Formats: sequence, structure tokens, C-alpha cells
Amino acid sequence: MVEKDRSRSDLQKIWLKPLLTWTCLCLLLTATCALAYVPMGPGNLPVSLLIAAIKAGLVGAVFMRLAEDAPLNRLAASAGPIWIFILFVLMGTDYFTR
Amino acid sequence: MSDAYLHPPWKDLNRQHQAVTFGMWVFLASEVLLFGGLFAGYTIYRDLYSRGFLAAGHQTSIVFGTINTAILMTSSLTMAVAGRAARAALLRTARLMLMATFFLGVLFLILKGFEYREDIQKGLFPGHGFPLTAAGAQIFFSFYWVMTGIHALHVTGGLAAVLRLIIASARNREWLAGSTSEEATALYWHLVDVIWIILYPLLYLAGRVNG
Repeated sequence: MVEKDRSRSDLQKIWLKPLLTWTCLCLLLTATCALAYVPMGPGNLPVSLLIAAIKAGLVGAVFMRLAEDAPLNRLAASAGPIWIFILFVLMGTDYFTR
Repeated sequence: MSDAYLHPPWKDLNRQHQAVTFGMWVFLASEVLLFGGLFAGYTIYRDLYSRGFLAAGHQTSIVFGTINTAILMTSSLTMAVAGRAARAALLRTARLMLMATFFLGVLFLILKGFEYREDIQKGLFPGHGFPLTAAGAQIFFSFYWVMTGIHALHVTGGLAAVLRLIIASARNREWLAGSTSEEATALYWHLVDVIWIILYPLLYLAGRVNG
């Protein structure tokens, strides 16, 4: 079996970064779940969304490999969030100024 | 790497790889916009019916929601490791991780089914006999069913794509190392995880303090 001959560094290379990222994601999940029970008034939603954005960023940067991807792909990946941002700005200028 | 993996109209594998990942990212951007419309609607109605949304959010199952978040995040880990293993030609590891991803995805859907059953038993479906009286509570649950339902369809689609990788690599394990399908499937699977990460605070954490 070829894989049995592989060095430990190969396996480390495959597992280390994703495992560290997953650990961070689990810690953030625990934090956001616990913070949901802390009375912060209107602050609860922004805090939980901030943690969600960090988690999504970690998945994008490491699991989806955007941190090491070609600039063209990073540009394509940013198209969705950018258009959602524009959607929310235009929606907000209408709704919140009525 | 063999030209057996090369498909028209590309003339070299590197260019094909670039086209597949770029095309997949453009597709994922359109998927993000699909959910973006729902997020926008949720934002407006949450502002209009703040108390109703918090009261309704308190009724969703935080246990199922949190366990399912952990399951999807773990499936993203196994999918990421599968891709790295395939690129390093550790094909047995890659296949095992794909199977783990498939198993976790199925587990997610099974738990979602149990959660839906619990929701229906509590009458938390908009319409006649809805148990919550706060204004906007039914609208919250309309978003809940639509958002989680569309997400579950995406998980099902992702599972079909992962299963295809498992079946194709069973015939020829080497296929995993050269095919661009693994990377495209992985990107789609991770997006499904990202969408759930955003849905979790909107649907499961709302109203835990003051619901």
C-alpha cells in the first residue's frame, strides 16, 4: 500500500490546517451558542452575525482555499457578498428612511 | 497527469482546472444571491415584527440546530481533507474522507427530519391552529421552513455529487487525483456549510434571552 509508506509530514500537511480551522469553528460555535443566552439587548443579533461571518470567512479562506487561490477566483467569490451588500444598502436607503 | 481527464473545449489540464473552479465560483455567487433575497426579506420583517420573531425564534430547537451546525462543519473538514489527500495522491484517505462527508450529510438530513417532526407536532407550521399569537411569529416560521427547506435541497444535491465521486473512484481510485470534479463538488459542499452557518444565528439563536 503506497499510503503506508508516506511520511508523517505528508499526513500532517493534509490534516493540520483543516483540523486547526475546524477547532476554531467549534470554539466559535460554542461561543455564539453561549452568548445567545447573555442579555445584550439589541446587541445579541450583531454579535451572533459577526461570529457567523468569522466562521464563514474561515471556511472560505481555508476549506475553500481562497487564501491561496488565483486572484480571478477570489474576485468571482467576492461577487456574491458584494451584490448582497449592494442589495442591503439600496434596501436600507428605502426602508429605513421612510 | 493523463490527458484522459481532459474534456473539450480545453487543450490542457491546467486551463481546464482554472475554468472549472472559476465557473464554480460564479455559480456559487448566484447561489449566494438566491439566499441573499431571503436574508433581505428576513431583515425587513424582523425589524417590523421584532417581538414576534424573538418569540418564534425561542420555539426552534437549539439542540438540533447546534448539533447539525457541528455536523456540517465536520463534514466540511472531511471534505477539505479529501481534496488535500487527493492532490497529494493519498487516494485511500481521500475516498475514506468522501465517505465520511457523505455519512455526515445523511446524518444532517436525518436529524433535520426529526426536527421537522418535532416542529410539526408542536404545530409550528404557518396556517390554521398556529400556537403563537405574537404578530409576525407565523412570518418567522414561513422563513424558517423556506430557508431550511431550500438548504436541505442543497444538501441533497451535494450528497448526490459526493456519491458520484465515491462511485466513480470505486471503479478507478486514480480518477480522484486527476479529475476536477472533486474540487467543484467540494466548493459546492462548503458553500452549503457557509449558508447554514449564516442561517443558524437567524433561526436558532433569536429570542434565547427574551423570547
